Amino acid sequence: MWGSNARNAHPIFFHHILKGIHNGAKLYVVDPRRSETAEWADLWLGLDVGTDIPLASAIGRVIIEKGLANQAFIDHSTENFEAYRRSVDEWTLEKAEAVTGVPAVAIEELAVAYASAGSAQLCWTLGITEHHNATDNVLALINLSLLTGHVGRYGSGLVPVRGQNNVQGGGDMGALPNKLPGFQDVADDSLRGKFEAEWGYPVPAENGWHLTQMFEAMEHGDLKALYVIGENPAQSEADVGRARSLLESLDFMVVQDLFMTATAELADVVFPAAADWCESEGTVTSSERRVQRVRRALDPPGSAKTDIEIISLLAGALGHGWGTPTAEEVWDECRRVSPMHAGMSYRRLEELGGIQWPCYDEDHPGELFLHSRLWEEPVGGPLAPFTPVEHSPPVDLLDADFPLRMTTGRRLDGYNTGVQSGGFDSPIRIGASIDLSPEDAADLGVSDGETVRVASRRGGIEAPVRVDDGLRPGLVFMAIHNPDDADVNQLTIEEWDAKSGTAEFKATAVSISRLG
Amino acid sequence: MDLKFLDADPTDAERASVDGLLGAPSSAWEGAQLRTAADLRMVRGGRSMREQRHMLLPALARLQSDIGWVSEGGLNYVCRRLWVPPAEAYGVASFYALLSTEERPSTVIHACDDVGCRDFGSADLIAGLEAEIGPEGVANGDRMWLTSPCLGQCDRAPAAFLQNAGRSDSVVTNASTQSTLKAIASHPVPPADPATPQVSGDRGSLRVLSRVGLVNPVSLEDYLAHGGYATLESVLSDDPSLVVDEVKRSNLRGRGGAAFPTGIKWEGVAAQPDGPKYLVCNADESEPGTFKDRVVMESDPYALLEAMTYAAFAIGAHEAYIYVRGEYPVATARLATAITQAKEANLLGRNVLGTGFHLDIGLRRGQGAYICGEETALFNSIEGYRGEPRQKPPFPTTHGLFGRPTVINNVETLVNVVDIVTNGGEAFASRGTPDSTGTRLFCLSGHVGQPGVYEHEFGVTVRQVIDAAGGAIGDVQAVLLGGAAGSFITEEHFDVPLTFEDTRSAGISLGSGVVMIFNETVNLTDIGRRIAQFFRDESCGQCVPCRVGTVRVEEALARHLNNGHEAVDASLIEEIDRAMKDASICGLGHTAATAVRSLLDQGLIGGPA
Repeated sequence: MWGSNARNAHPIFFHHILKGIHNGAKLYVVDPRRSETAEWADLWLGLDVGTDIPLASAIGRVIIEKGLANQAFIDHSTENFEAYRRSVDEWTLEKAEAVTGVPAVAIEELAVAYASAGSAQLCWTLGITEHHNATDNVLALINLSLLTGHVGRYGSGLVPVRGQNNVQGGGDMGALPNKLPGFQDVADDSLRGKFEAEWGYPVPAENGWHLTQMFEAMEHGDLKALYVIGENPAQSEADVGRARSLLESLDFMVVQDLFMTATAELADVVFPAAADWCESEGTVTSSERRVQRVRRALDPPGSAKTDIEIISLLAGALGHGWGTPTAEEVWDECRRVSPMHAGMSYRRLEELGGIQWPCYDEDHPGELFLHSRLWEEPVGGPLAPFTPVEHSPPVDLLDADFPLRMTTGRRLDGYNTGVQSGGFDSPIRIGASIDLSPEDAADLGVSDGETVRVASRRGGIEAPVRVDDGLRPGLVFMAIHNPDDADVNQLTIEEWDAKSGTAEFKATAVSISRLG
Repeated sequence: MDLKFLDADPTDAERASVDGLLGAPSSAWEGAQLRTAADLRMVRGGRSMREQRHMLLPALARLQSDIGWVSEGGLNYVCRRLWVPPAEAYGVASFYALLSTEERPSTVIHACDDVGCRDFGSADLIAGLEAEIGPEGVANGDRMWLTSPCLGQCDRAPAAFLQNAGRSDSVVTNASTQSTLKAIASHPVPPADPATPQVSGDRGSLRVLSRVGLVNPVSLEDYLAHGGYATLESVLSDDPSLVVDEVKRSNLRGRGGAAFPTGIKWEGVAAQPDGPKYLVCNADESEPGTFKDRVVMESDPYALLEAMTYAAFAIGAHEAYIYVRGEYPVATARLATAITQAKEANLLGRNVLGTGFHLDIGLRRGQGAYICGEETALFNSIEGYRGEPRQKPPFPTTHGLFGRPTVINNVETLVNVVDIVTNGGEAFASRGTPDSTGTRLFCLSGHVGQPGVYEHEFGVTVRQVIDAAGGAIGDVQAVLLGGAAGSFITEEHFDVPLTFEDTRSAGISLGSGVVMIFNETVNLTDIGRRIAQFFRDESCGQCVPCRVGTVRVEEALARHLNNGHEAVDASLIEEIDRAMKDASICGLGHTAATAVRSLLDQGLIGGPA
C-alpha cells in the first residue's frame, strides 16, 4: 500500500486486506507517516513527502540489478524497457536513501519481496495522486508492475483504491471533460456520432474543462455560471480562500445536494436532492469495477427529488421533453451506447449480485481483472510501454520561514469536508487538530490541546495541537474533515498536475507558532 | 494494529524483568525509551510481532515472579513489547489466580483449605496464619496469606504454596504455622523434598513408577544408567508409523479422564498433511486430590522427555510444550534442568543423535487456573489468551495449538509410552483387562495408613487399593473417587473392578485416579460445599450454565449449612446439573455437580438435621 491509509480511509476494503494478512499475505506500507495502516505492515517505509519517484526508481534498479526482473514478460508484453533501465540507473540505494530518507536495507527488502512474490498487488490512493506530478507518480508504480509482471494475472495487479462508493461509476458515466460514457473519446467522430444518433442532438467535439481549469476559467472571466452536483468546492479546493472568492464572483450558481453545504450557501438556486444510496433507484460502481444495484428504501424528505427527476425537470424547463424516465430506462440507454456495459441488464445485476465491467453482452460474465491480454500469445493489442519519469520535489519549498512539511488526510470517522460525517457524533471523533511529532512539540514548547497558529505562504489558521508519535520531526499532519473549525485548505497550494488536474494537497510548507 | 497503549510507564525494575525474558527492545515501537532516527523511517512488524503473542503469559508471570505483582506500567510495557492491546493483556492477567493486578507484599502464602487438607490440618494452619499475620488477603509488612484450592500435595497435608517476589516460589508440606513462617524467612528458599512414592508389593511390577525413587532426577547420566533412552536411536532411525502401530497395539487409553485411545489420536495427527504440528504435554495437574503427575515429574523427569520424543516423532511434530502447573515449582525446576541436559546431550534439539529428527520442548508454567487443564483452554493459555475452552469440534487433532494439528496427552499417559516402545505394545496389553490395558496410578489420601501414589494393574478394587496403602483409619464414611469431578462412593462400590468399562457401568468414574478416604469424623456437607465452591471459583465464566449453575449449587449447600433444619433442595441441584451437562461448553460444567449429587443421591448429606 503506497500513499494510502486505507485502515482509516477505506475501512471496508481494509477488512479484505486483513483477511489476506490472516491468510498469510505480507503487507508493505510506504507512507511518510506511520499511519494506522502502517501499524499492520510487515515493513513500513517512512519516506519524505514527494519522494515517491526516487523510491520507486531505486526499487526498480534493485530488481534489475539482482536479476529479479521478469525478462520474459518484459520481452513479450512491454516496450521501452531500455529507456526505463537507463532512467533508474542513477537511483542507487545510497542516493535513494539520501533523497527519500528511507534506509537502503528497507528499500532493498521491499524490492526483493515485490519481485519475488508469486502474486503481488500495488495499491495506492491520494498519497500518490494529490501531487503536482501525480501522473508521473502513478507511472512510476506502473513501471514496477511491468518490470515484475505483476499485472494482468489473477492475484496480481495495480489497484488505485477509490475514495467513494461510486467515484468509479462517475468516471464510467462520462463525468470527465474528455470522455463520453464508457470511456469513449469525445474527439472520436465515430464514437461521438453514435451518441448523437442515440440522443438526436449534436455533441460538442472539444474536451471540456476539469475542475482546476474551471477555476482558472472563472478567474479569466470565461466561466460565469456553474451547476454543482454533490460537491463542496467552497471547502474542498486547495487554496480555498481563492476558490471561494471565485465562486462568489460567478454570475449564477446552482447547487444540487443533500445538505446545505458551504457551497450551497453561495448558490443562487439550490435543488434539494434525494440520497442515492437509500432514496433513489440506480447503480453504483466500486473500485473493482463492479456495477451494483441500489434501491429506494425510503421516500425522500420534503421536496427533495432524485437526481434523474431533477435533471429531467430541468431539461423540460429548458424546452426538452424527456418525460419521466425510470432509472432502468436511463441505464438501458447507457447500455445501448457503452459497449462495456451492454450485457448488464438489471435482471443480470440482480441475479449475479453485480457484474465487473467490461461486460459486452448478456452471455458475458464480466471480467475479474483487466489487462490479461498482455499474457496472450501474441499480445492482444498494443504493447504496454515503460514510461521513464523524473523526480520533481514538491512545489511548496521548505525554508526558514516555513520549515515544516504538512500533509493532509482522513480519519476513520470523518468523510472529506465533513458534510456527511460532521453532523453525527462519534466516540472516536478527535475534531480539528494540527498533529505534531513529540519532538517538534517539545521544540516548539507546545503541549497537547494547546491552540497554535499554522501558517503557509497562502494563509493562516488556528488549530489545537495533537501529539502523534506516528510523525517524525519536520512532518506535520491535518485531517480535512473540519473546514468550519480549522480550514486546512486555506494553507494548501493550488499547484496542480497538468495531466490529471489534481492539486498538491499532500505537500504544504508551513510554520507553527504559539499564540500571544 | 489499532493499538492504543496506556500512559503508564514501567519502573526500571519492571523494564529489566521483562527485558530479562524477551531481550532488549529493538526500537521505540517495541518500548525502547528513546526514539532513534531509524525508528522514524522504517519499522519491521506485522506477522513477526503478532506471532509473539504466546510470550504474553510468560512475560506477565515473569513480572509477577520478579516484582510480586503486575502493575499498570509493567502491563503496558509488556503490551508494547509484544504489540498486544492492554485491554486484552489485562483480561489475561486478571484471569489467573497467581497473577495479581493489585500490589501485593513480597511473600504471598497460599494455604490449601481444599478437601485433601481441610480435615487434615489446614484449619490449624489457617488459624495460626490469621493469628500471626492477620486476616486473609490483608498485607502485613512483607507478607499476606490467602486460602487456596488443592495444591496437589494431599499425601503430605496440610500444604502451603509460597509466592516469593524476586526469589523462587516454594512449597511447604506437612505445614505448621511455624514451619511456614520459617520458610518465608529462609534465603534462599529451600526446595521442598520431593515425595517418595509409596510402593506396595513387588517393585519389579512397576511400569510407570519403575525408576521413581531410585533414579537421581537431576542427573541425565543416572537416567541413562537406569536404562533410559536405550531404544531412542533405533526408534528414530525407523519409520514413525511403527511407533503409532506399537501404541495402537498396546491399546493405551488416555489417563486424563476421557480415556480416549492414544494410538488413534496419534494416528489422526500423523495423517494430517505436512505443516507445523504440535505435541503438548498436559502437566497442569489441578484436579483436587491428584498428585501423581507431580511425583513422576519430580522424580523421573527424563522419562517424560523420552516419551515426548517418541510421541513427537510418531506424529511428525518438531515443537512440543509441557504446560506444568504453576504450584509445582520443584517439578518445573526438575523439568527445566532435564531439558537443558537433554539438549546438551543432543537428545533434544537439532538432529537428535544424528538421526535427522528435530525436536524442541518448551516449558510453560500455568498461573493458577484449573480450567487450563481442559485441553483447548490450555492451548489458549499457551497462545497468550484467557484460558477459556474452545468449542469442539473442531478437535485438537485438526485444530489444536496455534490452530494446527496437535496431540495433547497428560503426563501419565505419555510416560506409559516409554514402556510400550521399550517392551512392546503386546507386553503392555497383557496387563490389566482387554479394554483397560496396563497399570494405573492411584493417589491415596485422607484417612488412610500410608498416603501416596500407588501403581496397580487395571481391575484392582477400591478395597484392595486402600488395603495396599495400609488400610483406612477409622470407619469409612465415603471415598471420593476420581477427584472433585468424580463422585463419592460407599461400601457398595468397594469391590467394583477399577477399569474404564466396569466403573462406567457402575456409574462412577476413575477420573484422575483419586482415592480420598473420609472417616466418620468428617462433615461431608462441608466437604460438598467446598467442592461446590471450588467449581464456582474455577468456572471460567465463559458460558452461562456453568457460570451461573456453579454459584447456585454452592448457594443451595450453603443455605443448608447455615440453616441445618432445612433439607437441601436436591431437585434444584439435579436440574442445575442437567442444564450444565446439556449446555456447558466443556467438561468443567459437565462434571461440576457430579460429586455433590453423588452425596445427595446416596443420602450422605442433605437431610434435615
